[in-house]
Amino acid sequence: MSLEPAPRLDIAARAAALAAQHGSPRAAALALLREIQQAEHFVSDARLAEAATHLGLPPDALDSLASFYSHLFRRPVGRRLILLCDGASCWLAGASAVAAALEARLGLPAGETAPDQSVTWLQSACIGGCDRAPAALVGRNRRLVGPLAPDQLDPLFEGPA
Amino acid sequence: MTAPETARPLTGRARPGRRPHSLAEWQAGGGHAGLARARALTPAEARARVVAAALNGRGGAGVPAGRKWSFLPPPDGGPRHLIVNGDETEPGAFKDRFLMEALPHQLLEGALIAAHATEATDITVLVRDAYRPAIAAIGHAMAELEAAGLAAGIRLHLHPSAGRYIVGEETALIAALEGARPVPRVRPPFPAISGLHGRPTTVNNVETIALLPALFAEGAQWFRALSKTEEGGTKLYAVSGRVHRPGLFERPMGTTPRTLLEAAGGVAGTGTLLAFQPGGGASAFLGPEHLDLPLDFGHCARAGTMLGTGTMIVLDTSACPLGVLRAHLRFYARESCGWCTPCREGLPLAARALDRLEDGGATRADLDLLADIAAEAGPRGRAFCDFMGGAMAPLASALSRFADRFEAHLGGGCPMARAA
Ligand SMILES: Cc1cc2nc3c(=O)[nH]c(=O)nc-3n(C[C@H](O)[C@H](O)[C@H](O)COP(=O)(O)O)c2cc1C
Ligand code: SF4
Ligand code: FES
Repeated sequence: MSLEPAPRLDIAARAAALAAQHGSPRAAALALLREIQQAEHFVSDARLAEAATHLGLPPDALDSLASFYSHLFRRPVGRRLILLCDGASCWLAGASAVAAALEARLGLPAGETAPDQSVTWLQSACIGGCDRAPAALVGRNRRLVGPLAPDQLDPLFEGPA
Repeated sequence: MTAPETARPLTGRARPGRRPHSLAEWQAGGGHAGLARARALTPAEARARVVAAALNGRGGAGVPAGRKWSFLPPPDGGPRHLIVNGDETEPGAFKDRFLMEALPHQLLEGALIAAHATEATDITVLVRDAYRPAIAAIGHAMAELEAAGLAAGIRLHLHPSAGRYIVGEETALIAALEGARPVPRVRPPFPAISGLHGRPTTVNNVETIALLPALFAEGAQWFRALSKTEEGGTKLYAVSGRVHRPGLFERPMGTTPRTLLEAAGGVAGTGTLLAFQPGGGASAFLGPEHLDLPLDFGHCARAGTMLGTGTMIVLDTSACPLGVLRAHLRFYARESCGWCTPCREGLPLAARALDRLEDGGATRADLDLLADIAAEAGPRGRAFCDFMGGAMAPLASALSRFADRFEAHLGGGCPMARAA
C-alpha cells in the first residue's frame, strides 16, 4: 500500500493566491504548507519541493519552517490523529494513566502510527483545555476532548477523524 | 460611574457553548459602541485614555498598554502593524482560547480600537494551530467586518500558526509572520521602532485587546474602578489542577487566590492546599501563606512570582510538586528554540534529573545540577530570551520551597507514588 496520498491541492494556484494575500511568497510559505497538510495529511518531500518551486523560494526556506513547527508532519500520519496533553494540569488530573491506557489499547507507544495507518498518537503541550483535564485533541480539525479516564477512551475514537 | 463588583465586561456577552456572534448580533447587543467612542477621539486622546485606565497588558509581563503604545514613532505614511497575540501555549493557560472562540467580534472591535489609537494600517491576529474553532471564528468575523466596510481601510490578516510555544514571544512572532524560522530576535530595536518588515509594530495579548471595547464604551475611570488595586480592569483568571471545578473566572483585578479557589469549588484530593502557581507554568510557586495576596502584576512581583497569564495551577498535599515540575520541564525542554546553549542543553538535563528523582536513581549530584541550571537563568539570565528564565522560575522556587521533598526523592524515586 502506498503511503503517499494522491495530490489533492493545486499548489500552483494556491501559491499564487497566498503570495498575493500575504504580500510576499515568503510570508505565505507557512500558510501553503498548512494547506498541503490539511488536504493530504502530511507534507511530503515532493510536495514541499513543488511548493518551493511555485513560491519561487529555495526548498530550504520551506524546510526551515517545516522542520521547526511541531504540527507540520513530514511523514505520513494515520487517518485519525490523537494529541494527548501531557501538560502539568492534565498530569495532576491523571494524564499518565490515560496515556498508559491508550498505549495498551492501541498497542502503540506515543509518537507512532498503527501499521494499518488507522491512527497516530502523540503527546502534546498544553492544549488550552485544562478545565477538561486530562484532555486531548482529535482529528484534522483538532477537536477538544475531555475529561478522559483510563476506562473512558472512547471519545478519542468517536466523531470525525 | 462606579463599576459594580459583579461587572464582567470581558466575558459578559459570551453565549452558552461559546457560540460566537454574527456581526449583526454583536452590533444589536451594543457592540461597536466602544469603537464609535474611540473613533470620535484623536489617536493621541485614545492613547491617553488607555493610560488613564491603567490597563496592564495581559500577555504575561504586565506592561502598561498605554506606555507601550507611546514608544511608537509618529506615522510616516508607511505601513504600521498591530499584532494580536493568540499563541497561548503556556501550560495551564486557557483564557485566550475562550475569548477568541466565544467573542471574536469583541476581540476585533478591540483590535480596531487599538489600531486607531496606534495609527496602525494593518491588524494581524496570530492563533495557535491547536485552536481551530478560534481560527474559524476570527476568520469569519474578519470577513464580515470587511464586507460591511467597517474596517475603515485597515487591512485585516489572520495567521494560523503550526505549533511551538516560542512563536508567542513577540520577536519570534514577528519572524514567524515574515515567513522566517521563528526564533527570537535582538531587542533593541524594539518592535515599536522596527518590527514586522522593519516597520513600527505593536504586539498585544488577546485579553488586553478584548478589554478595549468596554474600556472605551464606559470610560477610563469606570475601568479603573473595576479593579481592587491600582491596576485597572477585570482579569480573566483560570484555575486548574487539583480543584473540584476547574474553570475560567472573570473577577476584579486583584482578586485573591482564596476567592478563586472558592469559585473553583475548593481544593480537591486531600482538600488541603500545598502550593499553587498563580500565572501558568512559568510562574514561581506560592503557598497557603499567600491565599490573601491580591493577584495583580505588582503584588505578584513583590511576592517573588508573577501574575503571568493569571491562570492558577493548584496542588493539594497529595500532589507531588516534583511531578508538576517534571511535566513543566519536559514541556520547556521540548519547546526551546535551540538558539542558545544554556537553554537548549540545560533544560533537557534538568528534565532528565527530574526523571531520575521521580522514577528512582537520583543522587545528590542531581540536586546540585538542578540548582546550577536554575542559577544559569539568573535575573534575565545568560540565555537569549525570556523563555529560559520562565522555565526556571518554578524550578528555582520549588528547590527552596520544597527542599525536604527533593531530599525525600533521592535514591528510591517519588515517595508519594510509592505510597499510592
Ligand atoms: C517564551 C514566550 C512565550 C510567550 N507567549 C505568549 C503568548 O502565547 N501570548 C501572549 O500574548 N504573549 C506571549 N508572550 C509575551 C509576548 O512576548 C508579549 O510580551 C505579549 O504578547 C505582549 O502583550 P501585552 O503587552 O498585551 O501583555 C510570550 C513571551 C515569551 C518569552
Ligand atoms: S532562551 Fe531558549 S527559547 Fe530563548 S532564544 Fe535561547 S534557546 Fe531559544
Ligand atoms: S495542561 Fe492539558 S490542557 Fe492544559
